[in-house]
Amino acid sequence: MDRRTTIKWMFAAAATVPSLRFAFAGEAVARDVAANQAGYGTDPDLQKEWKAGGPWPLTLTENARATTKALCDLIIPADDVSPSASSVGVVDFIDEWISAPYPQQRGDRPIVLTGLSWIEAESQKRFGKAFPGLSDSQRAQIADDICSTGSKAEFADAAKFFAKFRDLTAGGFYTTPVGMKDIGYRGNVPLEKFDGPPLEALKKAGLA
Amino acid sequence: MSFISSGEADKNSYDVVVVGSGAAGGQTAYTLAMEGARVLMLEAGRHYEPATETPMMQVNADAPLRGAGTPEKPFGFWDATIDGGWDVPGEPYTSASDDPERQFRWWRARMLGGRTNHWGRISLRNGHYDFKPHTRDGLGFDWPMNYEDLAPYYDKVEMLIGVYGENDNMENTPNSPAGVLLPPPKPLVSDLFFKKHAAKVGVPTIAGHRAVLTTRLDHKRLPALLHPGNRKAQAILAADMQKRSACFFATPCGRGCSIRANYQSTTVHLPPALDTGNLDIVTDAMVRAVTKRADGKAEGVVYIDRKTGAEHRIKARIVVLAASALESVRIMLNSDVANSSGKVGKYIMDTVGAGLNGQVPMLENMPLHNEDGVDGLHMYTPWWLYKEQLAGKLGFARGYHIEFGGGRDMPSMGTAAGLEWLNGGTYGRKFKEDARRYYGSFFYMSGRGEMIPNDDCYAELDPTLKDKFGIPVLRFHWKWSQHELGQAAHMEKTFAEILDAMGGRYSRKPQAGNKAIKQGGVIIHEVGGAMMGTDPKKSVTNSFGQCWDMKNLFITDGATLCSNADKNPTLTIMALAWRSADHMLSLMKKKEL
Repeated sequence: MDRRTTIKWMFAAAATVPSLRFAFAGEAVARDVAANQAGYGTDPDLQKEWKAGGPWPLTLTENARATTKALCDLIIPADDVSPSASSVGVVDFIDEWISAPYPQQRGDRPIVLTGLSWIEAESQKRFGKAFPGLSDSQRAQIADDICSTGSKAEFADAAKFFAKFRDLTAGGFYTTPVGMKDIGYRGNVPLEKFDGPPLEALKKAGLA
Repeated sequence: MSFISSGEADKNSYDVVVVGSGAAGGQTAYTLAMEGARVLMLEAGRHYEPATETPMMQVNADAPLRGAGTPEKPFGFWDATIDGGWDVPGEPYTSASDDPERQFRWWRARMLGGRTNHWGRISLRNGHYDFKPHTRDGLGFDWPMNYEDLAPYYDKVEMLIGVYGENDNMENTPNSPAGVLLPPPKPLVSDLFFKKHAAKVGVPTIAGHRAVLTTRLDHKRLPALLHPGNRKAQAILAADMQKRSACFFATPCGRGCSIRANYQSTTVHLPPALDTGNLDIVTDAMVRAVTKRADGKAEGVVYIDRKTGAEHRIKARIVVLAASALESVRIMLNSDVANSSGKVGKYIMDTVGAGLNGQVPMLENMPLHNEDGVDGLHMYTPWWLYKEQLAGKLGFARGYHIEFGGGRDMPSMGTAAGLEWLNGGTYGRKFKEDARRYYGSFFYMSGRGEMIPNDDCYAELDPTLKDKFGIPVLRFHWKWSQHELGQAAHMEKTFAEILDAMGGRYSRKPQAGNKAIKQGGVIIHEVGGAMMGTDPKKSVTNSFGQCWDMKNLFITDGATLCSNADKNPTLTIMALAWRSADHMLSLMKKKEL
């Protein structure tokens, strides 16, 4: 990515803290975030060990975290190459993201909270059970309706949520050491000299 | 002499006070201190130590929000910038227009070394045409110098900071003398792929030029070339060059570099300058104005100690403004000095920026390999249509270069996001396979082009607003001309052609110029506002950055530039600063100042 794509964060519309409640059958999905919550500041300590929940409080309720875990492991399950998203801290990351005090994240928060509420309601409606308690095939029935650009109009909002949630899950996962290895990143290793690409890579790209 | 408090500085006397510690301030203070002048540097931001503060090797999972940019860290959590960005708390600026296309965004950093800690390290020389643009096409202004006047200083700066590149004999893209450039890094797959396919549409590709040590500097040969006849300076520089390591081809340059393998003022200019014993530095010193003597010369500066709020006054034989182009303009306007021409604040410029991203099926599922290299611009495309342009075939007057790259970077929030336009939207094992398949197959192209100075782009003091120090702030006026808009449209059209030649696809079509162009200030190459010239009625300084109206006031940052060639301005700013400092030294020696 062009490093200046980061500017898009700058100009993201500054969303206000949503005052409406998002609920699972009457129970809040998340605790409120303070309108005046501080960020990490313009001079954070770059040598310190940073953890989700450190710079600002996490806000998802236990039930919402369980739904988040089930959903991010549906998107990135364990396979032969790497473990699942939740096993490398992606639930904490998503909680950190939607609880953060910056415009981009404040804009994402209502999309995610509404979506988590929708997922739970849909799960109850179709199967009479909470989403984390569904079988794989039951979860897939919901996911298949909302995962693609070709989703039916009635699922438009849920599809928008799913796309956002998938981006967050992927970002949370592929930035970890196991995620980086899985996707094929082989850098961040000090080298005495840089030899350029191997011959087989040049051949694959039609360059040798 | 070293880092001192404002109270200690009050008791000392100096030959030169330098406002700013970035590329311009660093180079000015370096040259002066190495050649024996007593210098006080004032930096508005805090002290900063790259050796201990740089986040080398941390991965994005170690950062809040996986390192994504926020208004508090616009280029990401690990970026070196401190207390900076397009918005600095308590230090606002305004735009005269409500129309976003007529607004200007002003990036600042409040830290020792300023923006040199995070910059892209792209180091391109202006060419012959770039000093005489008005003579060539009737637009803008000629510089009061030729390429040959600045060439020896480009040589010196390249040897001092360390710049890799090759001599490619391209039009208006100067070669460096033998023994000046360091070897370029080996091309990446994306470089060679771009070169092969861009050639089909007539676009050339050559080695990039960046201030990164691909090998260690030659500490035996270079000091004598940089400081002839000055044994002390040679010894200090030779010792310091041995403390800089070569690049180890990992961890992004924008975080800064604790092993001093790239150029930052804090790792290259300031250590040897401090070792001379001739340089004192006061940080957290926010300069408000240049003070005037009864005879009309500059007396010194008045500044506010950020920590105590107290005002301090410093006197010196020479005052140098190197606070960044627009901060220097602001200080001059707030001082009401050296502006009999009425040109202070006029003709501010940024770089024209536009870009297009794509995806290339041929680069999917590549054999895995490490492509970190030196973190950018192993190769690039210099402007290639000079003749067509001069013949009036393009519809816009000035050129751009292309920066491009593939996608095998360290994964970030965007790496596997938004794949729906390629795979329709998947999840589960299929999504993981897709992420592997597409990683490394993305391609970005960014154009960086010349803006022509115009009457509609200027800065003035806001009539009412002041910053937290009580200092009046700048108000900006901005308007692109048809030349910049035409150029931005040409960029995107060209990038689409190159992606087509690669067999690639792009998620959106090329746009019209006013949609394609980035907002003024977003490329962070702002220059102008105190233009140099030959006529005191039409310019603020002579070619040495010496103010016509105040002979002991110099500007050594980008404010004096008469044009903003597509070549990123930092190398030119440093070359000009070295030349200015040499002139100051000779005037002091002759007792003229």
